[in-house]
Amino acid sequence: MRVGFLHSLIRKDEKLLIAELRRRPGIELVFLDDRRLVFDFRARPEVDVVLERSINHSRAMHALRLFEGAGTPCVNAYEVSRRCGDKILTAASLAEESVPQPDARVAFTPESALDAIEELGYPVVLKPAVGSWGRLLSKINDRDAAETVLEHKSILGSYHHSIFFVQKYVAKGGRDIRSFVVGDECVAAIHRTSEHWITNTARGGLAGNCPVTPELADLSLRAAAAVGGGVLAVDLFESADGLLVNEVNYTMEFRNSIDVTGVDIPERIVAFVERAAA
Amino acid sequence: MCECPVCGGEAELPADPVESELFECAECGVELEILALDPLTLGEAPDAEEDWGE
Repeated sequence: MRVGFLHSLIRKDEKLLIAELRRRPGIELVFLDDRRLVFDFRARPEVDVVLERSINHSRAMHALRLFEGAGTPCVNAYEVSRRCGDKILTAASLAEESVPQPDARVAFTPESALDAIEELGYPVVLKPAVGSWGRLLSKINDRDAAETVLEHKSILGSYHHSIFFVQKYVAKGGRDIRSFVVGDECVAAIHRTSEHWITNTARGGLAGNCPVTPELADLSLRAAAAVGGGVLAVDLFESADGLLVNEVNYTMEFRNSIDVTGVDIPERIVAFVERAAA
Repeated sequence: MCECPVCGGEAELPADPVESELFECAECGVELEILALDPLTLGEAPDAEEDWGE
């Protein structure tokens, strides 16, 4: 089986996957660097399956569309990348499947965004629709801050910063949960703990094992199914009203979660890729 | 060992290196990318772009 490994920069997560792919018999690893790829719509890629690990969302999403269009199965699927790479599309997908999530609004002008913020009530979190690692998130505690941030975003940002995704701030007690879904199983979960309101491990949040309870597994699988399923990391808040799904990530980072959970996550992913190609 | 293209110090290649792999120079702390293996060519890793991430 020829496995196309779609990548740009290779981080520890990708290195772990490469080691697992090389370890398994019957797999030929084909590196597909998205910085060197040139697609020809008339040609069929000479791989049996693509494992997407690009660091750029825009490249990943378009490449997946092109590979799938040429008849090559991909992990994850294009539609999954489209829904997960845009927080508004994720929220819409979760809402359509009645998956509990923080209360949120979408607005298209600074004026209507201010109305949405006031309707939700302070504090709120203003998020760019596309972005990761907790970057450019704004926790807005009052109207003065709201007016300032909205003005800055509309003047300084590129056009997609003028699509305003506003989420009610959830008091999460200094931690959130990241669960890892592979196919129809929630294989592991971690708590991410930080004194900062942003708990991403990319921003210094510390990872610790989180038991996969039936409730957590069920909600994680529902969230994964809502965006199309596959290999996904689900971020959840423990709120006073129960678990809420915050985001779903389609090129999940797991390097800090193997030791603390004891689960060989790259092995699970590669096994899923093999099944996807079959 | 290899020469860091930023500080000129000695940097340690990761085990089983592959092209495009990132690693850190222990002397200056800069993140490096393996641009090619044969011959070994290193460069400073690019800055994060807006759509990077998961």
